[in-house]
Amino acid sequence: MRGVSPHLATDARSFGVREAWGEHLVALANKYPELVVLDGDLANSTKADIFAAAHPGRFLEMGIAEQNMLGVAAGLATTGYVPWISTFAAFVAKRALDQIRVVIAQPSLNVKMCGAYSGILTSKTGKTHQSVQDIAIFRAMPHVVTIVPADAIELQAAMTAMMEDDRPTYLRVTRDASPVIFDSGYTFEFGKALLLRQGSDVGIVSTGVQTTRALDAAALLEEQGVSASVLHAPTLKPLDTEAICELAAATGAIVTAEDHSIIGGLGSAVAETLSERIPTRMKRVGWQDTYGESGPNDSLLEKYGLTARHVSEAVLDLLAETTGARGNRR
Amino acid sequence: MTAAALSHLTSSVSELRELSVRTRRLILETVHTAGAGHIGGPLSVTDILVNLYFNRLHIDPDAPHAADRDRCILSKGHSSIALYTVLALRGYLRVEELATFDAIDSRLQGHPDMTALPGLDMSTGSLGQGLSPGLGMALGARLGDRDFRTWVILGDGEIQEGQIWEAAFVAGRYRLNNLTAILDYNRLPQFGWPDSSGFTRDIPIGDPGAKFAAFGWNIVETDGHDHEALTNAFDRAEQHTQGPTIVIAHTIKGKGVSFMENDFNWHATPPNSDQLAMAVAELQGSLT
Ligand SMILES: Cc1ncc(C[n+]2csc(CCOP(=O)(O)OP(=O)(O)O)c2C)c(N)n1
Repeated sequence: MRGVSPHLATDARSFGVREAWGEHLVALANKYPELVVLDGDLANSTKADIFAAAHPGRFLEMGIAEQNMLGVAAGLATTGYVPWISTFAAFVAKRALDQIRVVIAQPSLNVKMCGAYSGILTSKTGKTHQSVQDIAIFRAMPHVVTIVPADAIELQAAMTAMMEDDRPTYLRVTRDASPVIFDSGYTFEFGKALLLRQGSDVGIVSTGVQTTRALDAAALLEEQGVSASVLHAPTLKPLDTEAICELAAATGAIVTAEDHSIIGGLGSAVAETLSERIPTRMKRVGWQDTYGESGPNDSLLEKYGLTARHVSEAVLDLLAETTGARGNRR
Repeated sequence: MTAAALSHLTSSVSELRELSVRTRRLILETVHTAGAGHIGGPLSVTDILVNLYFNRLHIDPDAPHAADRDRCILSKGHSSIALYTVLALRGYLRVEELATFDAIDSRLQGHPDMTALPGLDMSTGSLGQGLSPGLGMALGARLGDRDFRTWVILGDGEIQEGQIWEAAFVAGRYRLNNLTAILDYNRLPQFGWPDSSGFTRDIPIGDPGAKFAAFGWNIVETDGHDHEALTNAFDRAEQHTQGPTIVIAHTIKGKGVSFMENDFNWHATPPNSDQLAMAVAELQGSLT
């Protein structure tokens, strides 16, 4: 069994994820002259405005016309530029989907598609702006690397790695500040999941900001005498199937946690992996095949079942069921 | 004809006319052999492609990825066989390879796949998507201070797609004078809009020139089958410095084969052997 990541932050603080994105684009652009940013009239939401102020000549406003924007990005990529897309996850994944399929994914052009305001926490904008199918969409699209960072540190580390990689990539960015999990020594590796906590009774596999709540759930479970591992999978494609199978072998019970639909996202990906290689009882915590609404973050997480408590309850339910199942077999 | 790396060929009008006939003949033979493929659109766009590849584009078949080559995107990708044929005659592939069109493992996919065949500057096939990458290439040239030009060929049915108009206004805003669109204005898409009689077909979008002009484009109208007129129109597009140009090329769907002309039923119907023989005879006759 692999060891716990040595790069966990020791102090508890929150850090703005979208600000981290905008600021790191500036830093990367200083190093990579080929980096340009294309914006769909949302720079002051996504925080591409930080980049626009620092590198006005490399900030290309494209207006509210996402299909064209993704096509323009493909064309720029063929001339040696590395375009980064600034719009919301809901729009990049769906409004420009056929464009991404035909001129970016199929020819494997080096476009960095960033989906801001991903998941359900979109500042009270409601169901039109909540993006809970984007992982499913990109995971089903050959050639597209799909990255879902847990915090601002991992986001920036992933962005750094993305500039050294020439594959089309979808990067899921969240709107709000979230607790920092990693320390500044962290370097991103494509396709590698990280063990954040070691436990023996159950394995929680999480991605994105939901990893914070998975860690909180593990702490809650410890109080109740349940020892949980937390495996964080920042890359949904390629997925670290080895780490997931190891975790299933070690614990015999898996719960997934994601700020995304349980259909097609991390929960599906883990279920697909385990059912082929090491069938394991599971529960999937995430968006339950419904549309959302506007509301304060806490209320949304509570109503739609995404809090740490929901994760810990899923674990307890699963352990009760699997223990019961073992009892029946005897 | 003269050739040099990344320079354009100059061909006489009679050479271009001959090349057009050869291209049309190969299109018909290839689609007949493949038993699949489009006909009306490829015959419509033939002269435009021949004129570009044999008289205009700064390209080198031996260096298909040269950074400063002119770009050409066939946005109406269903006319791929016309592009493959012209690329073959221009030296990007052997003419014999055309026989693999649509076959398994072929570099000549039903719609242009830039990962399969060097010389294709963009993958197309889902209509309405080619102008935006062309815009991106033109922007790339401007950002990098490079002087290549980008040409994008659109169908008049295709421009019903909303993305075309997104690209049109953005290209107009950026005043991209290194971008030229060519509209293959044959007035017929695949099935088309029934007109009031219900039997004949109405044009998909009326007066496209006025619509592009409203977004800041320069409009050049031309006969899309007359090589002298096409050359002249492309000259005027290149001379315009204030923004993008669209060359509205008036064409005939199925051009060159009288029983196929202006008939939407020949959009994608392979000719049988008799039809092929008749068509080839007519094409050869047109040269004398
Ligand atoms: C997005 C999309 N919708 C539909 C089609 C199917 N289709 C292929 S060709 C065609 C008609 C195109 O008409 P036009 O652009 O005028 O081309 P031409 O008449 O020159 O062949 C259609 C509807 C497609 N390829 N892409």
